Amino acid sequence: MSGFEYIVQQIVNAVSLGSLYALVAVGLSIVFGVLRLTNFAHGDVMMVGAFTTVLLNALGLPFVPAMAAGVVGAALAGFLIERIAYRPVRDAPDVTRLLTSLAVTYILENLGILLFTSSPRNFPLPAILNESWQLSGGAITFTNINLLTIALTFVSLLLLGWFITRTTTGLGMRAAAEDMPAAQLVGLDVNRLIIVAFLVASAYAGIAGVLWAAQAGVVQPQMGFTPLLKAFVAAIIGGFGSIAGALLGGYVLGALEIFIVAFLPSSVSSYRDAIVFSILIAFLLVRPGGLLKPNREIKL
Amino acid sequence: MPEAAIPLLHIDSLEVRFGAVRALKGVSMDVRQGEVVALVGANGAGKSTTLRTISGLSRPRSGSITFAGASIGGRPPPQIVRLGIAHSPEGRRLFGALTVAENLRLGACTRTDRAKIAADTERLFALFPILKQRWRQLAGTLSGGEQQQLALARALMAKPRLLLLDEPSLGVAPLLVRQIFDALGELKRQGVTMLLVEQNIKLALELADRAYVLRTGSVALSGSSAELRDSDRVAQAYLGAAE
Ligand SMILES: Nc1ncnc2c1ncn2[C@@H]1O[C@H](COP(=O)(O)OP(=O)(O)OP(=O)(O)O)[C@@H](O)[C@H]1O
Ligand SMILES: [Mg+2]
Repeated sequence: MSGFEYIVQQIVNAVSLGSLYALVAVGLSIVFGVLRLTNFAHGDVMMVGAFTTVLLNALGLPFVPAMAAGVVGAALAGFLIERIAYRPVRDAPDVTRLLTSLAVTYILENLGILLFTSSPRNFPLPAILNESWQLSGGAITFTNINLLTIALTFVSLLLLGWFITRTTTGLGMRAAAEDMPAAQLVGLDVNRLIIVAFLVASAYAGIAGVLWAAQAGVVQPQMGFTPLLKAFVAAIIGGFGSIAGALLGGYVLGALEIFIVAFLPSSVSSYRDAIVFSILIAFLLVRPGGLLKPNREIKL
Repeated sequence: MPEAAIPLLHIDSLEVRFGAVRALKGVSMDVRQGEVVALVGANGAGKSTTLRTISGLSRPRSGSITFAGASIGGRPPPQIVRLGIAHSPEGRRLFGALTVAENLRLGACTRTDRAKIAADTERLFALFPILKQRWRQLAGTLSGGEQQQLALARALMAKPRLLLLDEPSLGVAPLLVRQIFDALGELKRQGVTMLLVEQNIKLALELADRAYVLRTGSVALSGSSAELRDSDRVAQAYLGAAE
């Protein structure tokens, strides 16, 4: 395999992984924007999306509608989390809200374990998605699930871009993220914006959850933890609270992880996460606000 | 009482507290249709609190606010905007990461007469020509004076029956202050009702028909602008704040 083809292969992998991080990170940023809250339950919303897909598929619903239902299920979970857990503490001190978000995480994960046990279940990926394409006589391989991940992310993010730059609700969400009282003074309904933010962010978590499970081949109640952590890092790299930053951070993180494994000797690359976090810390020392620093202070 | 005599805005014995701080201690005032009323006073007198309570950002502890016959005290801000009160807040509070066009679009977000918005925007360009030039620019990149014009325009986009203005000269270069007050004068001629908070008393009294002087949360003095201009009681009311 030539160097060039190896590099192309790694780029495909990086874009695929980065897409997942970006999808999750964007949702964290959207919720942070309107609530100033790091929503740790966001990873569990991914899990709800993936499990909904698996269960409905097991009940006989074909894969694509089951996946769509998973996204709707995730959005609904986000809606309920806001309604039941976050709204009552909306004006409470930050520590209270942060603890609430952690509590929701534990409740959802334990509920998942109670219902489905903590052992992994197979994710029913249709055979066609496991098929792979070979280019350059097999030197470059990508599976259909890679392609689906990239394509679905691309379409989702285009839609999101349209929503936040062209619709009044989307503009209002960005306005509220920047200055909540001013947003109220022009007549924006903050309750409505927060609900929309949770629906959109959670739908994206649902898409990411299904794709993550599809790549992993299994679902498991605690599956949301790793992607949440990674998305959190991605959002910080990009500039916490900035939607464009989260996107950028997702792809930067995906690329870092893939390239460290691909281009460093395996004795070093097994410390991938340690290396990534060291780079992150060094980067934040130089640029504490991230790549695209939003117009406000970072607050957990 | 005949219809015309009922003020558009009527505030009665309004009291607002922040914890132990009594920001307003029973403020009463009226603004009639078509009038420009100035609200002046030293720093911390409660001017911004009065406007914020009218527009719903702060809640009255007691007292009442009546607008066009409806009791509005304690209602949430979006409802109050829909009833016809727009508030251009202290410090402008623009959406800096959005463009001039997007800020104005959000200013009109409560309106139902979508078709008329474009025509109203054109009319605003006549008042604030710079906004047309800056149309696609981010609000955060405008100069202080330009931002203040945008803040006024954003409030006007709601087509309010009452415009609340909090220190439109704050952070604006002196030459542009004149220009902004000329625009406010033009709005007054067009019949826009305003409640104006302003540190520059001379300018405020030039524009306003009447004025209230607040001192540590109470109305210390009120009267027509002409009366207040010619007496030194305004200065005394101010000095009283420093006692
Ligand atoms: N959110 C708040 N929390 C606590 N105290 C407040 C709050 N807002 C205002 N105050 C207090 O209420 C009083 C009135 O403040 P306000 O901002 O209304 O004054 P102002 O007349 O607008 O002054 P300035 O000319 O400085 O703008 C002040 O003593 C202020 O410290
Ligand atoms: Mg003030």
